[in-house]
Amino acid sequence: MGHKIRVEVNGRVVEREVEAHTLLVHFLREDLALTGTNVGCETSLCGSCTVWMDGEAVKSCTQLAVQADGTTVTTIEGMRTGDEMHPMQQAFWEEHGLQCGYCTPGMIMATSALLKHNSNPSEGEIREALKGNVCRCTGYHNIVKAVQRAAQGGS
Amino acid sequence: MADQGKARILGSAIKRREDPALITGKGRYTDDFTLPHMTHAVIVRSPYSHAHVRSIDTAAAAATPGVLAVYTAADIESSGAPGTVPTAWLLPDIKTPEHSLLAKGRVRYVGDGVAVVVGETRQAARAAAELVEVDYDPLDAVVDPQKATAEGAPQLFEDVPRNISFDWDLGDKEKTDLGFEGAAHTVSAELRNNRLIPHAIEPRAALADFDEHKGELTLRMTTQNPHVHRLLLSLASIGLPEHKIRVIAPEVGGGFGSKIHLYPDEAIAAWCAMQLKRPVKWVATRSETNLTDAHGRDHVTRAEMALDAEGRILGLRVDTHAAMGAYLSTFAPAVPTYLYGTLLSGQYDIPAIYVHVLGVFTNTAPVDAYRGAGRPEATFVIERMMDLAAAQLGQDPAEIRRRNFVAADAFPYATQVALEYDSGNYEPALDKALEAAGYAALRTEQKSRHDAGSSKWLGIGLSSYIEACGLAPSQVAGALGAQAGLWESAKIRVHPTGTVTVYTGSSSHGQGHETTFSQIVADRLGLEVEQVEVIHGDTKEVQFGMGTYGSRSAAVGGSAIANGVDRAIEKGRRIAAHMLEAAEEDVVFDDGQYTVKGVPDQAKSWGDVVLASYLAHDLPEGMEPGMETTAFYNPSNFVYPFGTHVAVVEVDSETGDVELLRYIAVDDCGNVINPMIVDGQVHGGVAQGIGQALWEQAVYDDNGQLLTGTLMDYALPRAHMLVSFELDRTVTPCPHNPLGVKGIGEAGAIASPAAVVNAVMDAVSHRGIRNIDMPLTPEKVWRAIQ
Ligand code: FES
Ligand code: FES
Repeated sequence: MGHKIRVEVNGRVVEREVEAHTLLVHFLREDLALTGTNVGCETSLCGSCTVWMDGEAVKSCTQLAVQADGTTVTTIEGMRTGDEMHPMQQAFWEEHGLQCGYCTPGMIMATSALLKHNSNPSEGEIREALKGNVCRCTGYHNIVKAVQRAAQGGS
Repeated sequence: MADQGKARILGSAIKRREDPALITGKGRYTDDFTLPHMTHAVIVRSPYSHAHVRSIDTAAAAATPGVLAVYTAADIESSGAPGTVPTAWLLPDIKTPEHSLLAKGRVRYVGDGVAVVVGETRQAARAAAELVEVDYDPLDAVVDPQKATAEGAPQLFEDVPRNISFDWDLGDKEKTDLGFEGAAHTVSAELRNNRLIPHAIEPRAALADFDEHKGELTLRMTTQNPHVHRLLLSLASIGLPEHKIRVIAPEVGGGFGSKIHLYPDEAIAAWCAMQLKRPVKWVATRSETNLTDAHGRDHVTRAEMALDAEGRILGLRVDTHAAMGAYLSTFAPAVPTYLYGTLLSGQYDIPAIYVHVLGVFTNTAPVDAYRGAGRPEATFVIERMMDLAAAQLGQDPAEIRRRNFVAADAFPYATQVALEYDSGNYEPALDKALEAAGYAALRTEQKSRHDAGSSKWLGIGLSSYIEACGLAPSQVAGALGAQAGLWESAKIRVHPTGTVTVYTGSSSHGQGHETTFSQIVADRLGLEVEQVEVIHGDTKEVQFGMGTYGSRSAAVGGSAIANGVDRAIEKGRRIAAHMLEAAEEDVVFDDGQYTVKGVPDQAKSWGDVVLASYLAHDLPEGMEPGMETTAFYNPSNFVYPFGTHVAVVEVDSETGDVELLRYIAVDDCGNVINPMIVDGQVHGGVAQGIGQALWEQAVYDDNGQLLTGTLMDYALPRAHMLVSFELDRTVTPCPHNPLGVKGIGEAGAIASPAAVVNAVMDAVSHRGIRNIDMPLTPEKVWRAIQ
């Protein structure tokens, strides 16, 4: 049986009927066609699917869509303001913080959430914070640099 | 070429053109596509590593609401499709038993497909897959490549005794044995190269759409080489004519080799779409990728080195059992042979080498190319042996390497294992690495820690690697068993306004081809990068090409593009000469301008000339209109990047914990097109190699169950486990391609396992420990210390 949920996604309120077992990531990708959020493992171990729920980074494969009822969700598609990229997006670009790009939306959501709590993290703190996000391409070197750049105001 | 006043585009770290889409969530990977009436396929896989399949009952699954069809091998057979997964690299006397899309009567590894369920939704198909009843009769399994060759070991194929698919050797055995006879020292070791799971973060996926009226199949898939996949699908799997198959590689989320090979699953999705006349999507779960993506490495090797009293190498003997897994994957036979045996000379002038390899079937996932493919295994052998020799002779690891390097003036250098190194200069890279590391100071610190009785032992490890990449000269490849050439293609379509679209057969899965390839074109034509568009990864748009692997894109794909552009410039020169009423040989092209030598105000711009070619009002006698060229670049040799890496580790003698303190990489990949991208490739490769050395391993139990099937138990390197890397380079251009470039995609993964293991062994050697097998987990290190 379907459940009606009401979620604010990237600034727009959507109301949909979802199955009880539907994962948030599938709701975003399949019902809302927001395919920027990627699935790498579906078991909460890779971080590719990271989005913000009420401003906090969560792995959307560990949440049911019904749990998002009444919340505000931000995905990678909602990070730009108009045509302007979020400073973290810009920093990933400047520092070559991505190669294949598959982990990248999750990385950007996770690291930009980190900066909300710790505006000037050390390299060690950045690396600790990224424990839950796997990247197989970059060796994390430039991801760390991107986060540092974004923390310093993108200069 | 740009003039001195303007910063050159070639060699500059411009930001990647592909990134804005990828960082805003607009990159479209295979699973991001949805088609009307799309269905979903789920493969039913064997839970046994070895079993006869007595029967398959699909009735309950087929009767599930939302299920459209359930197929087995019998259905594929009766459709008339060839139904196989081919091996595209053959060796003398190799045994290549049939690998069918779905198992016929016998399964040989956990994950082997036995049936496919197609449903209206993924959930329906997944649920029904549970209802397919397969009656298995389990057989004994063997997972170790050495044990698999023993008499009486479980045998995977009736006609492959002792599970030996191929028995291959290279080099002069007698001469090598002779080297050992007169040796002052011999060093020997058993070395294991641990089995790895590639772990591209995007799981493999396919979306097949069959147009029954045109008889055309469109297959979006996770591929590093769409044309090769189209060819193999046509010939061996689904039997549709090649020109009726369109393979598209949309964004591809990493490959590292694992998306080179043709697997059953993508072909099954295609075949199902043809049966059902509806689009079929198949997406692997993470545990499916771990079970079925071709794994890497898995060698057991015995190596012996003979040296004279001064530490000069006299001979090297290597004997390797290489696991092939349950079937021979697409390029599997090449990996432990021509990509391995040929590299065993390393950076050294070794007068005699003999290598013998057995390729062995085991009840595990197939093994094939994974980042470096054969070359990391070779580098591991030679670089571990150098350190063992240094220890035995009481020499410094840097000095024994230096003593044996191929001299800078000895290039081109012919090795004893069939390669001719094109160019190299090994000492400066070693010196730079030692200096960057502060080698002497590190040795002092190591000693003072030791003298002070510290429990934190310092270790310093070197790896001076060579790789042969830019795969490769087609003639050589053909002589060595490849069922394909290894050239690359480029089409340069110049539009009437002078802007350019490049069609390249080398398709990207994270390497940034759109950026580097447009840099090559823009630099040559005096254009802005934005005036160049790069098209790749679609067999309908792009002429046949070989794809991306073996660090070949810049050296082979880039060279094809450079040659294609140069042909267009040549045609333009004839037109310009005609327009300027000058002799052709007097017209020069520089920074987008054709000028007459010595008469600088006599000029025509690239745009003027291109427009004239399309207007065709007044072209030189006999010239065809338009400006479009095609180049097929067939390299005359591999390219041979090299370098020295240094790892610095701290071993906690009380816990066995290994902490990576620093990692220094000095690489030489010839001329550099985009240093930012080159560095990024090194970072990624180094991280993978460190992962292999310290944490990663695909473990099967004796029954062939994969114990490391999820990210819980397969330890991928995560950010907190690594450090920032210290990179530098030397530049020794490639002498035989138009750009002077070598390759860099695999170097990091080739060099780093040996550097890290040598560092750990350096830390513990004072306890008389000579070797610990990768991965160097705290438990293993601790046990060795006790
Ligand atoms: S897909 Fe959610 S953590 Fe991997
Ligand atoms: S950029 Fe490819 S996985 Fe991170």
